[in-house]
Amino acid sequence: MSTTTRREAGPAAATADYLDQRTGVGTAVKAFARKIFPDHWSFLLGEIALFSLVVLLISGVFLTAFFVPSMNETTYSGPWAAMQGVQMSEAFASTLRLSFEVRGGLLMRQIHHWAALLFMASIVTHMMRVFFTGAFRKPREINWVVGFTLMLLGLAAGFTGYSLPDDVLSGNGLRITDGVIRSVPILGSYISYFLFGGEFPGHDLIPRLFTIHILVVPGLILALVGLHLFFVVLHKHTQYPGSGRTDSNVVGYPLFPVYTAKAGGFFFIVFSVIALMAATMTINPVWNYGPYDPSPVSAGSQPDWYMLFLDGALRLMPGQAEVVIGGFTLSLNILIPAMVIPVVLFAALAAYPFIEAAVSGDKREHHVLDRPRNVPFRTAFGVSVLTAFVVLILAGSNDLIATHFHLSVNDIIQSLRVLLFVAPAFAFWITKRICLGLQRRDRELVLHGHETGRIVRFAHGEYVEIHRPLDDDERWLRVQHETRRPLEIEPAEDSRGVRRKGYRADRFRQRLSRLFFEDRVEPVTPAELAAAHVHGEHDTLSVGPAPAGAHSAITQGVEADERNH
Amino acid sequence: MKALAARRRSRHAPVALLLMALLVIGGLYAILAPSTAVAAPTATSTNDVATGKKLFEANCATCHGASAQGTASAPSLVGVGAAAVDFQVGTGRMPAQVSGPQVQAKAVQFDAAQIEQLAAYVASLGAGPAIPSADDVDPAKGNVANGMALFRTNCAMCHNAVGIGGPLSQGKYAPSLMKASPTHIFEAMLTGPQSMPVFNSANLSAQDKRDVIAYIDAQKQGSPGGSTLGSIGPVSEGLWAWVIGIGLLIGAAVWIGAKSS
Repeated sequence: MSTTTRREAGPAAATADYLDQRTGVGTAVKAFARKIFPDHWSFLLGEIALFSLVVLLISGVFLTAFFVPSMNETTYSGPWAAMQGVQMSEAFASTLRLSFEVRGGLLMRQIHHWAALLFMASIVTHMMRVFFTGAFRKPREINWVVGFTLMLLGLAAGFTGYSLPDDVLSGNGLRITDGVIRSVPILGSYISYFLFGGEFPGHDLIPRLFTIHILVVPGLILALVGLHLFFVVLHKHTQYPGSGRTDSNVVGYPLFPVYTAKAGGFFFIVFSVIALMAATMTINPVWNYGPYDPSPVSAGSQPDWYMLFLDGALRLMPGQAEVVIGGFTLSLNILIPAMVIPVVLFAALAAYPFIEAAVSGDKREHHVLDRPRNVPFRTAFGVSVLTAFVVLILAGSNDLIATHFHLSVNDIIQSLRVLLFVAPAFAFWITKRICLGLQRRDRELVLHGHETGRIVRFAHGEYVEIHRPLDDDERWLRVQHETRRPLEIEPAEDSRGVRRKGYRADRFRQRLSRLFFEDRVEPVTPAELAAAHVHGEHDTLSVGPAPAGAHSAITQGVEADERNH
Repeated sequence: MKALAARRRSRHAPVALLLMALLVIGGLYAILAPSTAVAAPTATSTNDVATGKKLFEANCATCHGASAQGTASAPSLVGVGAAAVDFQVGTGRMPAQVSGPQVQAKAVQFDAAQIEQLAAYVASLGAGPAIPSADDVDPAKGNVANGMALFRTNCAMCHNAVGIGGPLSQGKYAPSLMKASPTHIFEAMLTGPQSMPVFNSANLSAQDKRDVIAYIDAQKQGSPGGSTLGSIGPVSEGLWAWVIGIGLLIGAAVWIGAKSS
């Protein structure tokens, strides 16, 4: 019987069998095909990043076939009228050739650039999801750091790629970078000369950036993406809280066929959205900016959006911070916004999982995600860091805000200087209040049920609104989490009045822990729920039947109610 | 009404309410917004200095002085030439109506004949730059490549790389050149209105000015890459990457993940 089926097996099965007999791949395929992934739209955000990376690689290979990474001078003689007879570098000339002469070249350039913007945007969105749901907790802290490094590499890839066409806009960006490097005390000018191969702009930079952009950074990104995905498989995917979902199981669908189909289809959706944008919307029209020349700077010069916060920080910083010590200039006005602020923001982001773990003292593994409202401090912290980024991005766009909303640039800068400090604090406070409010609403809902809008009058004249109790799934979602309480420490002195060693360290830890966990709303306990049910007996009794039969049910309810009292 | 009351707790209710409110506000605005007043053309007599003087006394003398000698609030117009008048009045900047960081272009207050009369009167006060001829400002006769090089070094730092405009200090701004006529662009370079520097023949020859006009004119053809997104650079690109790109992709993700969540 089995021999006949084997003989009838199609070419696919035969190929699979051929491979399996030689590589033993069947075991791996079997394990992977049955691997379970939980299902939620927000788990696809990382896939957007992955797929835009694939689009970047495909379009990037096309671009390298035509781009000339050279700063040698040439004279343009192509079809673009506004560049006729203009002296430019070969890098810029080949970018123009890609745009106007190579068939499909402009589309590919625009696909590559839009994909880069989406790559960074989806990484940030994915990081927000991971952060706000607490998916970085043990055992995933290392994967958070891997992801964070991927974001930095994305910035590096974006920055080096943005500078390659050697146009005025990207040249201005490089000039700012040069200025930032030179602001480093003592070493600054040496590093600048080393990087640019002499005085800015030199003749070495474009080939160097090219190597970093097409070899070093993509290689690192690919290696780390591999590690990132390996960790996802190793740790298994996190899941949102719900009935039946625990820290020791994964509820979802198998990789094959459900997710192979979903993810495969999603790749084509991502590619098509990028292609649609590239086909309809101009991005980085280098022919408008012209070949790089250190003298002109046009109004509206900005970096791509993911670097805009740095430009914004530079625009916000008051120039008076520059100090001269013994004839040496210390450019704090550049050093602080371009180095200190990003390092502080990024370090806070990278270290957060470790800080939270240290403060909570939690050593257990977590595979069920937090609902952001249930962790008010973390949610508020995340929102306030994002607010700081948004303020800096607005500062980076101050000239466009001024022209589009008819405001004074000076007023915008003054306001944003204040907002940079006030807005994150306010965002922290309001987010925390919202989280606590939502938790209270959850408590309320669990204890009293949904309002039905039906008001019932009893025989003795009392009015009650009927509440429909939550079903088991709804209730579980709202009571499954545990709240962290602030650390309780031993007193400073023992019963005999002797000072305890390590009290000060304990007190510091307690203060930190209070900052994180002091304000909280405890989830409903089974005892509280039981008490609420006894109290609200008449609600549950009369909720069942449809309005047509409600009358008799209410009468019964009244009788039951009277018996209870 | 009962059906409406039953659905007021629906989770779509806030969205529906918001849409309704937007519709109502938009509708009310469309009905109640003041429409722009159209300046009634007055009957003109002969095109001469005398009529121009009368127009000047009626519309400009309050600020510029009875004989255009200037006052504390407005400069002297002796020697500014016909080009300055044609630009300021022809773009609606003069007569100024609102004080602010900078006089803004608005609906033109006079017809072509009256502007000519005003220009003739001001030109009669002292020698100054004249209104350029149609040949002087013909974009077809300019060299776009030279125009771009000149624009990049002389104009782009305020007006943006393609002339979309940009901000100056304290609420002043360099306006967009997209709707400016070639004659007005030429006159602006010649006379340097408000914050703009003067580009006289020593800086930019008449041919150079025509090249600049040709470059600005070439921008009206749009971008080979699709929609220009306002030609304001990476900020609008980033905004659309988030709004359209991430917007569509999250929409697709929600659709793909909708089945079980």
